[in-house]
Amino acid sequence: MLQRGSRAGGFLLAWKRGIDGVLAHYWPILVFIVIAAVIGAGMIGGALIAAPRAPYPEKLSAYECGFEAFEDARRRFDVRYYLVSILFIIFDLEVAFLFPWAVSLSSIGQLGFWSMVVFLGVLTVGFIYEWRKGALEWQ
Amino acid sequence: MSGFLATPVGQLALVVGEALALLVPLLIIVAFLTYAERKILAAIQLRKGPNVVGPFGLMQPFADALKMMMKETIIPSGANPLLFLFAPMLTFVLAMMAWAVIPVNEGWAIANINVGILYLFAISSLGVYGVMIAGWASNSEYAFLGALRSAAQMVSYEVSLGFVIVTVLLCAGSLNLSDIVLAQRNIWFAIPLFPMFVVFIISMLAETNRSPFDLPEGESEIVAGFFVEYSSLAFGLFFLGEYANMVLMSGMATILFLGGWMGPFGLWPALGPIWFLLKVCFFLFIFVWVRGTLPRYRYDQLMRLGWKVFLPLSLAWLVITAGVLVGAGWLPKLPAPV
Repeated sequence: MLQRGSRAGGFLLAWKRGIDGVLAHYWPILVFIVIAAVIGAGMIGGALIAAPRAPYPEKLSAYECGFEAFEDARRRFDVRYYLVSILFIIFDLEVAFLFPWAVSLSSIGQLGFWSMVVFLGVLTVGFIYEWRKGALEWQ
Repeated sequence: MSGFLATPVGQLALVVGEALALLVPLLIIVAFLTYAERKILAAIQLRKGPNVVGPFGLMQPFADALKMMMKETIIPSGANPLLFLFAPMLTFVLAMMAWAVIPVNEGWAIANINVGILYLFAISSLGVYGVMIAGWASNSEYAFLGALRSAAQMVSYEVSLGFVIVTVLLCAGSLNLSDIVLAQRNIWFAIPLFPMFVVFIISMLAETNRSPFDLPEGESEIVAGFFVEYSSLAFGLFFLGEYANMVLMSGMATILFLGGWMGPFGLWPALGPIWFLLKVCFFLFIFVWVRGTLPRYRYDQLMRLGWKVFLPLSLAWLVITAGVLVGAGWLPKLPAPV
């Protein structure tokens, strides 16, 4: 039995309250994930069971338009992909900041609006810099 | 009956029933979307398209599914088998689970969470993982290149997609999808935010790796991109996931810009789900129409469009929208905290 006032009991009570409150809206999503995962696993598993399998080395080699694979495919690649992902993180974080700002703009008024304009201005300077530096060129 | 529904088991049964009531029609829509795509492409090219299996070829998707089921699942010897099979499942599950929050009518969302649009944004971002895992686990040159291209493309267009969503949020004043639809009672956001509507449509083509941005799977360049090594229903799950994502992005566009379940000028409010479906079909037709009409982009053009055109454009339009709303005092009022 849980003791009222004990740390574990308090945690469980808080957890239960969270379930009843905010999280009550979320657990259908969990059900959804489980159903989708069961359908997906069932499809792959069903095909593995139902279909005939007759593997041989040539069939199992990587597709290479008829060549033997020269080397391992996991090798060095263009640094621009790395650059794009870094730029993405910057701008995606910016979007993440904009979400709460956009929803509460009516209650933070002129000050809230102008602070975000300054923030976006600073980011725009960075954006112009990376543009001039050629980080967005692909050739 | 009401006594049973109040118990936890009854609640669970109710949610499972609701989820199946959404997922089964969704899978059927996806199946017939592949059929509709082939029919429309055929009509554009003055062909007949599938017309043998069943009346007008209507049973074609099921014949395809059955055929795929009976194919051998090939796991390449160089691949990482666990991740190799996990990637298509992840893609499929992500494409399905986003539907939990989509309201197809007033109050018809399975999980009416108050940060719905944030959830959708997060789920669509996770889609990159399925692609990356598939490309890496296959251990094949083409799959690897396709995954790299695809990931870079998806994240590039995600940024402008995010700005478009924030612009809509400014006008709606809520992250809840039902509230966003209800905020369009007077005018659909597609009209005042028309440039962002166009940016959203083009970004949604790029986000789902569809033509004319289908470089990751450009058949004539890198065979099929990240899923070149896949066969059988492992391939089928990628296929289903891609088409379910198309339907999902159409649903998002409907909710954000075309007033969700509301008819034009408030016509026939009782037909909510029908209106929703019609609008989704409109966007799906655009997907196929574009594929039948436009040639494929080059990769540098694709990146230039995303970073040098859409990003500055959507950023500027965001600031302009916010400025107009603040200046004219048109901001939607927040509901009083509960």
